[in-house]
Amino acid sequence: MTDNRFFNRSELIGILVLAVFLVVVLPLTLDVFRLNLVAKYLTYAFVALGLVICWGYGGILSLGQGVFFGLGGYCMAMFLKLEASSVENTKIQSTPGIPDFMDWNQITSLPLFWKPFHSLTFTIAAIILVPGIFALIIGTAMFKRRVGGTYFAIITQAVAAILTILIVGQQGYTGGINGMTDLRTLKGWDIRPDHAKVVLYFFEVGCLLVCIMIAQFIRHSKLGRILVAMREKEDRVRFSGYSVANFKIFAFCIAAVFAAIGGAMFALNVGFMSPSFVGIVPSIEMVIYTAVGGRLSILGAIYGTLLVNFAKTSLSETFPELWLFGLGGLFIAVVLAFPNGLAGIWGDYVQPRIDRLISSRKPKPEGWTDSSVADGAPAE
Amino acid sequence: MFGDYSLGDLGSIFVMQGFAGLILFSVYVLMALGLAIIFGQMGVINMAHGEFMILGAYVTWLTSNFFQSYLPSLFSGYFFLAMILAFVASGALGMLVEWVLIRHLYKRPLDTLLATWGLSLMLQQAYRSVFGAREVGVELPQWMLGSLHVTDSIEVPINGVFVMCLTVLITIGVAYVMYKSRWGRQVRAVVQSRIMAGAVGINTEKVDRYTFGLGCGIAGVAGSAFTMIGSTGPTSGQLYIVDTFLVVVFGGAASLLGTIASAFSISQTQSTLEFFMSGSMAKVLTLLAVVGILMLRPQGLFALKVRK
Repeated sequence: MTDNRFFNRSELIGILVLAVFLVVVLPLTLDVFRLNLVAKYLTYAFVALGLVICWGYGGILSLGQGVFFGLGGYCMAMFLKLEASSVENTKIQSTPGIPDFMDWNQITSLPLFWKPFHSLTFTIAAIILVPGIFALIIGTAMFKRRVGGTYFAIITQAVAAILTILIVGQQGYTGGINGMTDLRTLKGWDIRPDHAKVVLYFFEVGCLLVCIMIAQFIRHSKLGRILVAMREKEDRVRFSGYSVANFKIFAFCIAAVFAAIGGAMFALNVGFMSPSFVGIVPSIEMVIYTAVGGRLSILGAIYGTLLVNFAKTSLSETFPELWLFGLGGLFIAVVLAFPNGLAGIWGDYVQPRIDRLISSRKPKPEGWTDSSVADGAPAE
Repeated sequence: MFGDYSLGDLGSIFVMQGFAGLILFSVYVLMALGLAIIFGQMGVINMAHGEFMILGAYVTWLTSNFFQSYLPSLFSGYFFLAMILAFVASGALGMLVEWVLIRHLYKRPLDTLLATWGLSLMLQQAYRSVFGAREVGVELPQWMLGSLHVTDSIEVPINGVFVMCLTVLITIGVAYVMYKSRWGRQVRAVVQSRIMAGAVGINTEKVDRYTFGLGCGIAGVAGSAFTMIGSTGPTSGQLYIVDTFLVVVFGGAASLLGTIASAFSISQTQSTLEFFMSGSMAKVLTLLAVVGILMLRPQGLFALKVRK
């Protein structure tokens, strides 16, 4: 990493390949149903992207990313739900104009915290700010007191458990275990038909590419290097005069906001939001996607998410029994044999050969920066 | 809130809720003891701990079925044999897992979390394939049914009392093994400094394997005890895992006394709150309190002062 540019050549090629794959290849080859599935998988790619920053680079394993995914998703879903519950749509209810699950739970007026979600601007701000501030609070409380590693992981897990129980328990305000279903329009534009799904897919890919650029920017900036240094030798960074806690809080907040954007995209693309995407099991699954793809590679995490989800869908349709064995085994194998996931395999075995093929005259290719970081080699 | 009850009623309610809390307390202690050894002493995050408990529960269920079919005359005593079998089965599986998986990961504690999560998924599917997806319940022998009438308004179930007695015995046993026996000293020596322990002639690999096995074995006994209180399904283990970790962390991971104290405070808070509000809100408030206190006091209630 001698250069200060935000992309070296191979990374730029990698991002372009991903962009072409998502923007051109997939829409041309898949039907709308499959494309919508990909859109659903990509919502998790946002979470995986955040985890690369926070876990791969910062060394902070959060098992509560489902919380932020859920917060973003619920913000979006509340806006869509309010739009779907206009007075004309809900005139059969005893009190028209409020979401149907409130009516079922004998709540007669819109709760106060729902009211601002009539505004799209507020909703978009909330998607970023609510999870961001929540992460800021948790992060500040934890990292300022130097809670880290396993303790942090367990506490984030507990937060995920708390939020799930809360959402399920407060049925009248949140839709309970069923979540918020029957989302219809976005500012009067129907999100359910096929062409809308395609438009939303492209919108999502656009957002994802922007997030990748942000992640890439962070990675190559001084901030990213401090994160890596902190992961390797936290005390040394602290003694050099850096505020370790603030950097960790920042990484955690970025990961939270990415996850929340993914959640909001989920509500838009899939058309519902439920507590089953908030709890411990989905949170850990999101970590799995990142680990399989490669916790140190931005692009690897995205391919990992797509691959694991694709395998999950196709395997669990045909061999429901094998799927859990497969997922569990895959996970153990990744942890034991390939700690850097698919990207590690790519960077260690495949890419050197390709580079050698392309430029056989050069003495040695520049090498894959991520793997040299992972091996603990000095980042020079 | 209190207006509808007379003073005597309130007293009975508190005693009954307190007793329900004590049963919950026993459950937490049993779940957390094994984890306190594995996580607190060895530093391994075992997300499959719940699945080891479920294994104990299934072994108990098999034993009770065996006694019912072949040895009905001895049915009243099957439980004691079942607990031993549960300990052996879970302990053996634990030692196998340590050998195959955990021993490669002692330097990467966060990765043990991910690997054991994969293990727990596989175990769940294995239970579903072998025992079916339905929950199974164990038939209790006659003497465990019914309840003791302490006063007119207070009564306590016998199986609850039995679980409590069992918890006390197992806790004393674990405390003895960890703090008084030669082997426990070796465990603590290995935990403090693997290299030094090896240098003075302790077989650290063997100690690690048996320690992990002991922790898993206790989980199996806990699962065996659970069959007296509720039914068991392939995914039941997952329900307990966060609670169990919180109990251990809240108490201060390396302290056995802390684990017991935190199990007591968490269970009593929860069962008292449960009387005044819905179960889910009581759970939320309890967990929030625990997380809040952990933020103020990250090392838990009974933190050991150690040099890092």
